[in-house]
Amino acid sequence: MKLARDTWLIFQRQILLLLRNPVWLFVGVFQPVMYLLLFAPLLKPALNAPTQAAAYKIFVPGLLVLLAIFGGLFQGFGLIAELRAGVIERSRVTPVSRLALLLGRSLRDVVSLIVQAIIITLLALLFDLRVNLGYLLLAYLMLALIALMTSAVSYGVALKVKSEDALAPLMNTVAQPVLLLSGILLPLLYAPGWLQGIAKWNPFSWAVDGTRALFAGDLGNDKVWQGLAIVAVLAVAGVVWAARQFARSVR
Amino acid sequence: MIETRGLRKSFRSRAGRETKTVDAVRGVNLEVAEGEIFGFLGPNGAGKTTTLRMLATLIEPDGGEATIAGADLRKDPAEVRRRIGYVAQGGSTWDESTAREELVLHARLYGISKAEAHRRATRALDAFQLSEYADRKCKTYSGGQRRRVDIALGIIHEPKIVFLDEPTTGLDPQSRAHMWDEIRRLRTEGMTVFITTHYLDEADALCDRIAIMDHGEVVAEGTPAELKREISGEVLLVGLDAASTPRAAELLDTEGYVTKLETVDEGGLRLYVDEGATAIPQVLRRLDGAGLDLRSVELHRPSLDDVFLTKTGRSLRES
Ligand SMILES: Nc1ncnc2c1ncn2[C@@H]1O[C@H](COP(=O)(O)OP(=O)(O)OP(=O)(O)O)[C@@H](O)[C@H]1O
Ligand SMILES: [Mg+2]
Repeated sequence: MKLARDTWLIFQRQILLLLRNPVWLFVGVFQPVMYLLLFAPLLKPALNAPTQAAAYKIFVPGLLVLLAIFGGLFQGFGLIAELRAGVIERSRVTPVSRLALLLGRSLRDVVSLIVQAIIITLLALLFDLRVNLGYLLLAYLMLALIALMTSAVSYGVALKVKSEDALAPLMNTVAQPVLLLSGILLPLLYAPGWLQGIAKWNPFSWAVDGTRALFAGDLGNDKVWQGLAIVAVLAVAGVVWAARQFARSVR
Repeated sequence: MIETRGLRKSFRSRAGRETKTVDAVRGVNLEVAEGEIFGFLGPNGAGKTTTLRMLATLIEPDGGEATIAGADLRKDPAEVRRRIGYVAQGGSTWDESTAREELVLHARLYGISKAEAHRRATRALDAFQLSEYADRKCKTYSGGQRRRVDIALGIIHEPKIVFLDEPTTGLDPQSRAHMWDEIRRLRTEGMTVFITTHYLDEADALCDRIAIMDHGEVVAEGTPAELKREISGEVLLVGLDAASTPRAAELLDTEGYVTKLETVDEGGLRLYVDEGATAIPQVLRRLDGAGLDLRSVELHRPSLDDVFLTKTGRSLRES
């Protein structure tokens, strides 16, 4: 199938270039590890958690979702560099599927996020975090969908604004309220009612709740399927929109 | 091979609060024949790149139609893409990739198999004398090497037509001459080549036919020789002493090939002729037969710049 073949070609190239410059892995893991080591210990007393492991069960899923959101949102910068080098324009004169131009890149972002997530999960195991493997895979699916959506949106916006100077403040402006209103770092359990009311409208808040439920081993929790459904729908919408930008982007 | 009718494109750009409309291309009609090197000559901002990008399906025209290698630009852009190659003005290689990687991937994006893509990449690297650097990152290449990779990329799938947007800009004279040879080689392989340039000598030496573009419009079209002739023909400066000048003027004024005749003050004539090469022997015979003492004959050929000057009132060299 043409779409699959084209996506694979783009993905391969992107992965190759990524591996050629493995600094990303170090940077991508260093920061979350700092959170894990230096921030998480504060949580047991703050969250009133019975054990350190219980605190990690709440904190690690939030941290992973955070990584998925930010990892995705800032991928647009790489695309602007490609745009400037003429690589995108060169791809667009070939009959390659426009959707593949997007998916090949976004899938690279998903893969690199999952690698980061695995490393962080393994480290958290050292701190007595225990998760059922099946549930963990479902949680990774949630992360993958989030990263797919945020990276697609970032690429779409990058193609629209075409400059780092415009992309950076835009992405920061989007990311900040999303972050604060999702209960990523601390659950919104103790938030005042109005704040919880607003957070309901933040899809990432559902995604975080769902991921936490999975880490807690609570598969029956409605938040799990609701979170997955919401991010899946948004990921599809984001991909469709961004692919359209690839089809008509001007210089 | 290429036929356009009334191709148009305007851009809206915002400067502060005002929106300005730039009519980049305003109704271009072109016909490019199979197997020729067709040149698009024009100053900065004439609309060359915009026209090329429309023909290469990168931007949608606001109006007009085009048929490219038998495919309709508006109805079937996907088919157009399969039949053309395009090399952008600004280059198209990625710093961290090698030329070979770029070539193989680019070929594969056209649906070519992996083994065949590798074969073609090797062949293209050879043809463009890039084998030595093939597996080095593009960021280590010189400007000329990098430009050759761009061109190799544009033709890796053996298109019927290749669009080259200023293929020689920024190259030193030697690399330019090399590039001209490469482009001529494409023609011998049966490809139709559509290049843009703002170098007069390049249009003159390289192109079979050219269109001169200014402010979004084609102001003249033809072979370089035709265009130059169309403007002013050619000028013969005939050196004579003052005494024999009137008699020579009398003799030559009635010749059919002389469109206009002027007497030079210190003696001598300025003859406007269609084609200097055939006029010279006739002039010599005529004056010799009359026993007049001819000192010199000088052929002055108008340049493409003269063409541009008469069509637009400006010189291309200055703009
Ligand atoms: N994407 C765009 N947005 C706004 N204006 C544009 C855009 N692309 C081109 N233009 C304008 O259209 C006009 C024609 O530009 P074009 O690039 O086609 O010229 P050109 O003949 O290729 O010039 P050059 O020799 O400098 O490459 C210019 O005035 C340019 O500023
Ligand atoms: Mg140009």
